[in-house]
Amino acid sequence: MAAIFQGVGAAAALSSLPSNSFDSKNILFSPRRSFSVRKAPSFVVVRSDGTMNLDLNPKGRRAQQFIANAVATKEDSSAASSSSKPGHELLLFEALREGLEEEMERDPRVCVMGEDVGHYGGSYKVTKGLATKFGDLRVLDTPIAENSFTGMGIGAAMTGLRPVVEGMNMGFLLLAFNQISNNCGMLHYTSGGQFTIPIVIRGPGGVGRQLGAEHSQRLESYFQSVPGIQMVACSTPYNAKGLMKAALRSENPVILFEHVLLYNLKERIPDEDYICNLEEAEMVRPGEHVTILTYSRMRYHVMQAAKTLVNKGYDPEVIDIRSLKPFDLYTIGNSVKKTHRVLIVEECMRTGGIGASLTAAITENFHDYLDAPIICLSSQDVPTPYAGRLEEWTVVQPAQIVTAVEQLCQ
Amino acid sequence: MALSRLASSSSSSRSADLLKPLCSAISLRRPISTDTTPITVETSVPFTSHQCDTPSRSVQTNAKELLTFFRDMALMRRMEIAADSLYKAKLIRGFCHLYDGQEAVAVGMEASITKKDCIITAYRDHCTFVARGGTLLEVFAELMGRQAGCSRGKGGSMHFYKKDSNFYGGHGIVGAQVPLGCGLAFAQKYSKDEAVTFALYGDGAANQGQLFEALNISALWDLPAILVCENNHYGMGTAEWRAAKSPAYYKRGDYAPGLKVDGMDALAVKQACTFAKEHALKNGPIILEMDTYRYHGHSMSDPGSTYRTRDEITGVRQERDPVERIRKLILSHDLATEKELKDIEKEIRKEVDDAIAQAKENPLPESSELFTNVYAKGLGVESFGADRKEVRAVLP
Repeated sequence: MAAIFQGVGAAAALSSLPSNSFDSKNILFSPRRSFSVRKAPSFVVVRSDGTMNLDLNPKGRRAQQFIANAVATKEDSSAASSSSKPGHELLLFEALREGLEEEMERDPRVCVMGEDVGHYGGSYKVTKGLATKFGDLRVLDTPIAENSFTGMGIGAAMTGLRPVVEGMNMGFLLLAFNQISNNCGMLHYTSGGQFTIPIVIRGPGGVGRQLGAEHSQRLESYFQSVPGIQMVACSTPYNAKGLMKAALRSENPVILFEHVLLYNLKERIPDEDYICNLEEAEMVRPGEHVTILTYSRMRYHVMQAAKTLVNKGYDPEVIDIRSLKPFDLYTIGNSVKKTHRVLIVEECMRTGGIGASLTAAITENFHDYLDAPIICLSSQDVPTPYAGRLEEWTVVQPAQIVTAVEQLCQ
Repeated sequence: MALSRLASSSSSSRSADLLKPLCSAISLRRPISTDTTPITVETSVPFTSHQCDTPSRSVQTNAKELLTFFRDMALMRRMEIAADSLYKAKLIRGFCHLYDGQEAVAVGMEASITKKDCIITAYRDHCTFVARGGTLLEVFAELMGRQAGCSRGKGGSMHFYKKDSNFYGGHGIVGAQVPLGCGLAFAQKYSKDEAVTFALYGDGAANQGQLFEALNISALWDLPAILVCENNHYGMGTAEWRAAKSPAYYKRGDYAPGLKVDGMDALAVKQACTFAKEHALKNGPIILEMDTYRYHGHSMSDPGSTYRTRDEITGVRQERDPVERIRKLILSHDLATEKELKDIEKEIRKEVDDAIAQAKENPLPESSELFTNVYAKGLGVESFGADRKEVRAVLP
């Protein structure tokens, strides 16, 4: 579903992805489960050939969705034509902003608080222009006091407001860990259901471009044990906007993990109002031989490796798990039952990371369906070094993914 | 048993009257108890302030209010002592932080505000909950972990909440409630409620950084937040002079004005809170320091005597006890006889005993309650096992 349009001059922003050869085509996946909560409005399915279907009954369309196509067709990757295709093109941070803006217009209770989100426009421009549009009381610049402004966001949420707390970097939210764990996650339970905390905590994390150890933390795993919160990771402009909107409409506290290097991804997204299901995984590329589970930036490394794998004759099924808590074991399970081999590729830490939990969950539930032990490729258990080459080797590289698949499929 | 005591100690006609609820009983006998003609009382000590004017020492009150104060504080006192016995009988487990000695703060504050104003406090919350309208049954059931508790038995002593009267709890981590309280004030400003939030914390929590962070943000954004330091002089076992370089907590707001109040005098508390509410709505945050004292230890696991002398405790009890002060006021203004006050206390004792008996009868939560309220309903009505075949729990 996310086609990464490569303008010739976009090399700088997308330098983490392979230049001009990245054209794997992902399929738009519309949520198909009836008991996923969101009584969502009609879904718009944009097919890879550019035609559009208004999908009012997602359940019935299961069989027709998937067009296996690892290699993009040339015409789709040209960014030039825009008038003939539906939707509009934008970058991921703009998609986040659009989602946020639409929700702020729709619901006066939504407000944003964070460092430099207001007048400065957000350090990654996600909230640019919102302060002038909505005023200082709805887009609030806070002092550098994460513990207290996260606490304030939670307190405001207890009364019914729907704040968005932005951590300038997810690592800074460690300062607010007490508030997130004890108050955000637990208040609904310890009050016997009296209070809901409809807060969204978001911010960029992950390994960037030589930002140093403290600014390149992969700490999704730190929050995963907190009961009562949901965690989602966005990876494309489409799901960024969809997840942002879904998170804002959810009654539960949601932590939305963005990635520093993905903010400049460009994609064409529908004009219509749409949201993505928070608990659902996304089928990026259906396949037969092996299930590769990934999320956030590693999705792109996986898709790059997938190209190599296809050329070598493998047929990987790539799933972007998106929902880090709870795991979408339904989609994952179906995939495991089909392929019987699982590879997890993630950017989280090796010890106690999301991948570790996912390995345990899959083993526990689908052990009988596995033909081989699950391989989990995570980033190394080291603080992210500054030196470029070392930083590269901290995270999983496509070559490693290819080797792992070959090993799995022996 | 209360009945027989009443019958034996007074004439039969009197006892018949006194068996009825207090107000109606006394109004039959003595009109002035529900009287609202103003009485002016001087607070015990003058207020000291930091960067603001002090409110007047003369407090307007009336007979009805004083008797309400007496009744409420005696109820709280009785409730806390009963909780003490229940804890020793192992019906209440875990942590139990008792508020006796500090009742004047809860009662005085409540008298100055409406239910639209929010109160948030830390773990010493039983009496604040009752002041906000919680029933005794809810208190005892929650303490004993029963279904009828205010948090359905899942919160415990430190997690009392009452959303409909804007009581936001009930928090176990020291100091974490202050940013929450400032968030409540933010929401009030955002929704233009014209109400204020009282965020209570102790002298121990006054050294938490998040407090100053929250105060800074509240002052920047002009939020109607009132930070109330219930200074009972001990942060668990550490005396205030050992924990704080500057124990003048009302001054520590620096740019935020502060007021020091005698927290054992319910009328002074009421006066200060009225003043603070007016101030906060116009000028932003203000700090109130309530000079108060707790008779029990920090919690039921703390005897309370290893870091302070028994003489100190009895001294405060004799000279500054909040219930006694109101009792003396009532007697000196001839609003009720000593006997009537004693009868009120007996009635309260019975009420508390009844509530305990009722709470003991109440069932424990169902096992399925383990999984309810983890997420709000938005996550789906049914929670399945991993492969969507087995229904694990049906969430409410």
